[in-house]
Amino acid sequence: MKHLYASLYTSLYTWSAIVAVVFASVVGDVLLSRAMKQVGDVGALRRRRGLWTVVARVLTNQNFMLGVAAMAVAFFSLLFALSWGDVSLVAPAAASLTFIGNAFAAKIFLHEHVDQRRWIAAVLVAAGVALLAG
Amino acid sequence: MTFRKYLVLAGVTLFAAAGDTLLSHGMKQVGSVSLNHLSRLILAVLNPWVVSGIVLLLAFFASYMNALSWADLTYVLPATSLGYVLLALVAKFALHEQVSPMRWAGIALIAGGVGFVAGGPSLTSHRHHESREHLAEVDPAEIRSEVEV
Repeated sequence: MKHLYASLYTSLYTWSAIVAVVFASVVGDVLLSRAMKQVGDVGALRRRRGLWTVVARVLTNQNFMLGVAAMAVAFFSLLFALSWGDVSLVAPAAASLTFIGNAFAAKIFLHEHVDQRRWIAAVLVAAGVALLAG
Repeated sequence: MTFRKYLVLAGVTLFAAAGDTLLSHGMKQVGSVSLNHLSRLILAVLNPWVVSGIVLLLAFFASYMNALSWADLTYVLPATSLGYVLLALVAKFALHEQVSPMRWAGIALIAGGVGFVAGGPSLTSHRHHESREHLAEVDPAEIRSEVEV
C-alpha cells in the first residue's frame, strides 16, 4: 500500500512537471512568434537596414525577451520532470502535448487560420513523436 | 515560398537535430549533473562536443526566429519535427542501430503530418498593427518579387 502511494505521488509530480513544461513552452512559442511578426520578415529587413538593425529590433522586443524567459522556465521544468520520471515518458509526452497546445494557442492568441489540414498535421506529428520516443 | 525560405526551414530542421545529437553525446561523456555538483556544469562547457552542440543550437534558434518572422507558428513547428525523422534515419543508416517497427510508424506519421502542412499557405495570421509601421519601409520591387514567387 505504501509502495502504491509512493508511485502515485511520483507520477503526480512527474505529470505536474510535464504540464508545466508544456504550458511554459506554449507560452514561449506564442510570445516568440508574436515578437517575430512584430519585427517583420528579417531577410527583407536585413537587406534594407543591415544585420545590426535586425539584431537590435529583435533584442529590444519585449515579447521576445518574455518568450526567452518562458523557454528558460520550460527548460528547467523539463529538468525537474526528468529527475522524477523516465525519459521515455517525459520527453515524448512533453513534446507531443506541446504540439497540440501550440495549435490551440496559435488559433486563439495569434489568430492563425488553423484549418483542417493543420489540425490533422498537429495530431499526426504529436502521435508520431509519441511513438518515436516511446 | 522562395528558395531562401526553404533553406531557412532546412536550417531549422538540421541544426536542431545535429545540435541535440552533439549535446547528448557530450553530456554522456561528462556524466550526470546534480544540483549538488554544479561545478560539473562548468566542466561540461569545456567539452568540445557540448560546445559544438551549443553553437548549433544557437544556429537553430536564429533560423527558428527567422522562420517565425515570415511564417505561422503552426507552419514552422511541423518542420522542426522532421528532425526526429532525420535522427532515426541517421541511427539506421549511419550508425546501423536497430529501428523498431513502432519507430518507423512514428516516422511515417510525422512525415505525413509535415506533408499536410507543407501543401498549405505559410502565413495566415493577420498582420499585427505594430508591424504596419514597417510596411511603409517595404521596397515596392520586393513586394513584386514576393508576389511572383
